[in-house]
Amino acid sequence: MNRTHLKERLPVLITTSVFVVMTLAAGLHFPNFLTLRVLGNLLADNAFLGVVAVGLTFVILTGGIDLSVGSMVGLSSIMAAKLVSSAHIHPLLALAAPLAFGAFIGWVHGILISKYGLPPFLVTLAGLFFCRGVALRISHESLQIDHPFFNALTGWSLSLPGKASITVPTVVFILTIAVGMWLAKQTTFGRTVYAIGGNAASARLMGLPVSRTLVLTYMLSGLCSGLGGALFTIYTSSGNAISGTGLELDAIAAVVIGGTLLSGGYGSVFGTLLGIGILGVVQTAITFQGTLSSWWTRIVIGSLLLAFMLVQKGIESAANRSRST
Amino acid sequence: MKRLPNWCWPAIVLAAVLIFNLVLTPGFFHLEIRDGRIYGSLIDILNRAAPVGLLSLGMTLVIATGGVDLSVGAIMAIAGAVAAGLIARPSETPFAGGAPSLGLAAPLALVAALFCGVFNGVLVAILEFQPIVATLLLMVAGRGAAQLLANGQIVTFNAPGFAMLARGATLGLPNPVWLLLIALLVFNLGTRATALGLFVEATGSNPTAAKVVGIDARKVKLVAYALSGLCAGLAGLVITADIQAADANNSGLYLELDAILAVAVGGTALSGGRFSLVGSLVGALLMQALTTTILTRGVTPETTLMLKAAVVVLVCLLQEPKFRESFKRRVRA
Repeated sequence: MNRTHLKERLPVLITTSVFVVMTLAAGLHFPNFLTLRVLGNLLADNAFLGVVAVGLTFVILTGGIDLSVGSMVGLSSIMAAKLVSSAHIHPLLALAAPLAFGAFIGWVHGILISKYGLPPFLVTLAGLFFCRGVALRISHESLQIDHPFFNALTGWSLSLPGKASITVPTVVFILTIAVGMWLAKQTTFGRTVYAIGGNAASARLMGLPVSRTLVLTYMLSGLCSGLGGALFTIYTSSGNAISGTGLELDAIAAVVIGGTLLSGGYGSVFGTLLGIGILGVVQTAITFQGTLSSWWTRIVIGSLLLAFMLVQKGIESAANRSRST
Repeated sequence: MKRLPNWCWPAIVLAAVLIFNLVLTPGFFHLEIRDGRIYGSLIDILNRAAPVGLLSLGMTLVIATGGVDLSVGAIMAIAGAVAAGLIARPSETPFAGGAPSLGLAAPLALVAALFCGVFNGVLVAILEFQPIVATLLLMVAGRGAAQLLANGQIVTFNAPGFAMLARGATLGLPNPVWLLLIALLVFNLGTRATALGLFVEATGSNPTAAKVVGIDARKVKLVAYALSGLCAGLAGLVITADIQAADANNSGLYLELDAILAVAVGGTALSGGRFSLVGSLVGALLMQALTTTILTRGVTPETTLMLKAAVVVLVCLLQEPKFRESFKRRVRA
C-alpha cells in the first residue's frame, strides 16, 4: 500500500471497524440496543457535540486547536435564553445572535494566531475563560425558555417506524455534516486547510492565502460552537452558563477517534461523524448498563482517546519507516 | 546599561496595584498581630497566592522546556480526593485497622500526584505527543478519576492536624506561605546550583542544539512534568486542608490558567527557553493581588475570569516581537 494511502485511509478504516464491533457487541449484550429508536436518540443526544466537532475538525486539520468550544456552547445557550426570557426577542433571532458572537470570537482567535503568531492553545484557552466569564456574568442561574415558537421548535419531531423520531437538532447535525464534507473536499477553502496542515510554510510559498484561511477556520469553529450551543438550548429548552464544561475534550476525542491527525493535514469530516458515533455508543452502553456512574464516561473517553493517539503514533512511525527504506 | 532582570516588570505592576489600594482601599495595609500571628490584607494575598504560586513553580519548568501542563487543576483534585479519602474513610482503605492514615494521607496523595506528572511526562517525552493534547487528556479524565476516588461525593473530614497545613501559622506567617518559600528555595537551588536549569533552558530554546551537546531532552522533560505534578499535588493538599473537604468537581478548577498566566507575566517566554522562578512567583502574587482588589472593590468574581483572559493575551502579545514591531510602526506613522 502507498505510504500516503496508509496514513490517510488506515485511521478511518480502524475507526469504522471499532464502531461496527462496539455497536454489535453492545447489541448482543443489551437486547434493545440495536433498534432505530436507540440510534435515533443517540443522534439527537449528541447533535450539539457533533456540530461543535465538525468545526473543530477544520481547526485540527490546519494543525491548530480550539479549546474554547465548550465554554462557547455555555455562553451561546445562556445568551439565547436571556435574550428570549428578558429581552423578549424572537427565538429565531435569539438563537442566531450567539452564532454571530461565536464567529466574532473565532475571528479574534484567528487574528491573534495568524497575524501575531501566538500559540493556538494559549489564545483559545484565554477564549475559554473569557467566554465562561461572560456567560456567568449574563446569569448564574439556569434560565427556562417559554415561548410558543421555541416550544414548537423543541417539540417538533418526525416519527419513524419503531417509535424512533428525528428532532430539530438531528436535522441540523446531519446538514452540518453534509456542509462540512462539501467544504472540506469540494472547495478551495477546504483544500487550503489541508495544505496548511500538511506544511504551512510551503502553503505560503505556493501563494495560498494562509492567514485568511486560518482566520476563516477559527471563525468556522466559533460559528459551529455557537450553533452547537443553540442546539443544546433547543435540546434542554433552557439556558445554562455552565453547560458544555469539558466539552472540548469530547469534541477533540471525537475528531481524533475519527482519524484526523492532531498534527494536521490528514483527516475527514466523515471520520468525525464516526467518532461521534463511537462516543455515543459508549455513553448509551454505560446508560444501558445502569450501575456504572456517569463519570466513567469521562474515563472511558479519555482511555479511548489515548488508545487512538497511540495507534496514530504507530501508523506515523510505520509510514516514516517505509519512507526511509 | 545593565539589563533589568525579567521579573522587574510584573513587580512594578504589582507595586502599582498595591499603591492603587493604598490610595483607594482604606485599611488595606493594616496589619495586626493576634495570637502570635499577623493578620491583614497583605498577608491574605500571600496566603491565597500560595496554591497558584506552587503550581507556577512546576509550570515554569514545563513551559521552559517548550511545553505546557493543562492538567494541574485535575491533579490537584486527584491529590485532594486521595488525601480526603484516606482521612475520612480509613476503614475502606488498604490501611484499615487503625493505621495512622493521617501521616500517610499527605505522602500518598503526593505519590498519586507524582504518578500523574510522570504519566504526562511519558506521553510528552517518550511518546512525543503534543503537550497540550497529552495533558488535556488528564485535565478531563483526571476529574473523572477524582470523582471515582471520592465516590462522586464531596468528601468532608475533620482532622485538625492536617488542617494545620493550611490554617496554622509558624513565626507569625501562615503555613502555606512557608511552604511556598521552601518550595521556591528548593526549586531555585535544584535548578541553579545544579546543571538542571541549564538543561531545561537548552531543551526549550533549541532542542536540536541541546541534543548535539549531549542533553537527553526526554529525561529533562520527564523530570519537568513529574515536578509539575508534584507541585500540583502540594497545591491540592493545601486547598483540601484549608476547606477540610475534597470537591472533585471544583478543586483547582481554572487554576491552570492562573498558573500559566503567572509564568507568562513573570517573564518566561511561552515558546520555551529562559525561565525565572522568582518572576513566576511575582506573577502569582500579582494575579492574587488583582483578584483580591477586584473582590474588595465589590466587583463580581466572573469579571476576574474575563480580566485574566484579557491580561494573558495582552502580556503574550507584548512578548511577541511581531506585535511590538507593528505597534511601533503604527506609532511612527
